[in-house]
Amino acid sequence: MSAKHTDLHTRSMTELAAGLDKGEFTSVELTESLLARIAEQDARLNAFITVTGEQALAAAAKADKARAAGDAGALNGLPIIHKDIFCTRGVKTTCGSKMLDNFISPYDATVVEKMADAGAVVLGKSNMDEFAMGSSNETSFFGPVRNPWNLECSPGGSSGGSSAAVAARLAPAATGTDTGGSIRQPAALTGTVGIKPTYGRVSRYGMIAFASSLDQAGVITRTAEDAARLLGVMAGFDKRDSTSIDRPVPDYLGSINQPIKGLRVGIVRQHFDAGLDPQCGERVKEAIAVLESLGATAVEVDLPNIDLSVPTYYVVAPAECSSNLSRFDGVRFGHRAENAEDLMDLYCRSRGEGFGDEVKRRIMTGTYVLSAGYYDAYYLKAQQVRHLIADDFKKAFADVDVIAGPTSPTPAFRLGDKVDDPITMYLNDIYTIGANLAGLPGMSIPCGFVDDLPVGLHLVGAHFAEETLLRCSHQYQQHTDWHKACPEDFK
Amino acid sequence: MSLSKDQVKHIAMLARLELSEDEYAESVKKLSSIVDFVDQLSQADTRDVVPMAHPLDTAQRLRPDVVIETDQRDYFQQNAAAVTEGLYLVPKVIE
Repeated sequence: MSAKHTDLHTRSMTELAAGLDKGEFTSVELTESLLARIAEQDARLNAFITVTGEQALAAAAKADKARAAGDAGALNGLPIIHKDIFCTRGVKTTCGSKMLDNFISPYDATVVEKMADAGAVVLGKSNMDEFAMGSSNETSFFGPVRNPWNLECSPGGSSGGSSAAVAARLAPAATGTDTGGSIRQPAALTGTVGIKPTYGRVSRYGMIAFASSLDQAGVITRTAEDAARLLGVMAGFDKRDSTSIDRPVPDYLGSINQPIKGLRVGIVRQHFDAGLDPQCGERVKEAIAVLESLGATAVEVDLPNIDLSVPTYYVVAPAECSSNLSRFDGVRFGHRAENAEDLMDLYCRSRGEGFGDEVKRRIMTGTYVLSAGYYDAYYLKAQQVRHLIADDFKKAFADVDVIAGPTSPTPAFRLGDKVDDPITMYLNDIYTIGANLAGLPGMSIPCGFVDDLPVGLHLVGAHFAEETLLRCSHQYQQHTDWHKACPEDFK
Repeated sequence: MSLSKDQVKHIAMLARLELSEDEYAESVKKLSSIVDFVDQLSQADTRDVVPMAHPLDTAQRLRPDVVIETDQRDYFQQNAAAVTEGLYLVPKVIE
């Protein structure tokens, strides 16, 4: 590869696509360059659980051939990382857990398959909180990921490997999953773009389940334009996911250039209460002022039950998790305890050894709220409050097109600071959880810095309003440069 | 509300999790704080509110009852720790 191509890691996916189209470089050259960068830089971050170099180079060679034959897909030859929650055939898929440290997936998730069909090149599998349960990436069996903006800080979680890798320019994009904020919070904490689509918009098939009524796949990128490009490939009906929505996928890329004049932006008073770091609040207000300068109108909206979203989530999500994770029994796949005395001993020890502290805690919380005598007081009650929260959003979206606010109450926090106190950790997702409970699309985009750490602007839309979120974000990025900032040590 | 160690032991048994003595002590403390935290929900007025089981108003889709999967038992069993002649092995359950 010639010296003129030493900047490939700095380019967005859209810029890389243009370079490939012009024949400026090949996908093999691009892949080699990023694999070399990963080999050189990831020891500082721990963003990868598995690097799939050989498979990536083979996919890149195939993509170059397809391009030469005039048969290039929408992502032909473009690099991506998959969060290690997505099953990838023939590749270790761990979900950040000792439980699956020996699991070689026998099939591809639909998201993986769709991207491969479009010609994407998978560089590897990214680190994450164990079974996506965490907001700091510290619950991973494979060790915490470090934030490229400050290596002492967390990159957020659970999609922390994805956010750190994209922020550090190890890849232009990575997939993520979001059950309570696991795409948006890490995006905010690393100065990247993260979108969680409407529940049912992207197939969950082959995405290891945490809380099935909340889980949704999305992407982390550096630009809204790249997010639009990828979502266009990922989204769509899948008969293998019983909650997938059969609805046409709009041309996300085609609509992002439309102006946002007249867009009604809702501001929720509770989102700017005492829980928010005042400087983060300033950055978010400045970002909303930018949207207003582009012709949007800010309107105050009320979500009267939003304060109950975190406790609601911490009943619903653990309940679903306790049910989903019952499949890990030490028999069919996953970790199995040695020398079990009987079947009960095999189950209890395989699970006791295979799961980490936070996962055990959530399984037990879920087991408790679903157990005889407590179901009505906790689970049923939480599902009722969930309805109230969803109705609040519905009412709000009668008056506004998007709701804007902070993604996270603070910028990135130091590794170790919150890991011993589950409630403090859970409150990290206070602004993001509502969208999951109501099944709404949400997005975080970088909007400035506090003490040299990035701050995220959070946008939530009505069901299937991904176009609005992407357009609003793209227009904001056409008039600001926050998304172009790169951590000093990773230029 | 504080959970007792016996309650936590019962929950762990229901969840099929073996915990060490240290883990029990830690779980009693942390699960109690989580239960206290979610107890806020009891303040909400939910009279006549229908529980929300699904984020979108949709019905469960049905598919025709036809075979769509082929037999890949041997391939799938490559991930199992103990298999013989196509069967998963577990400790003896019948004396």
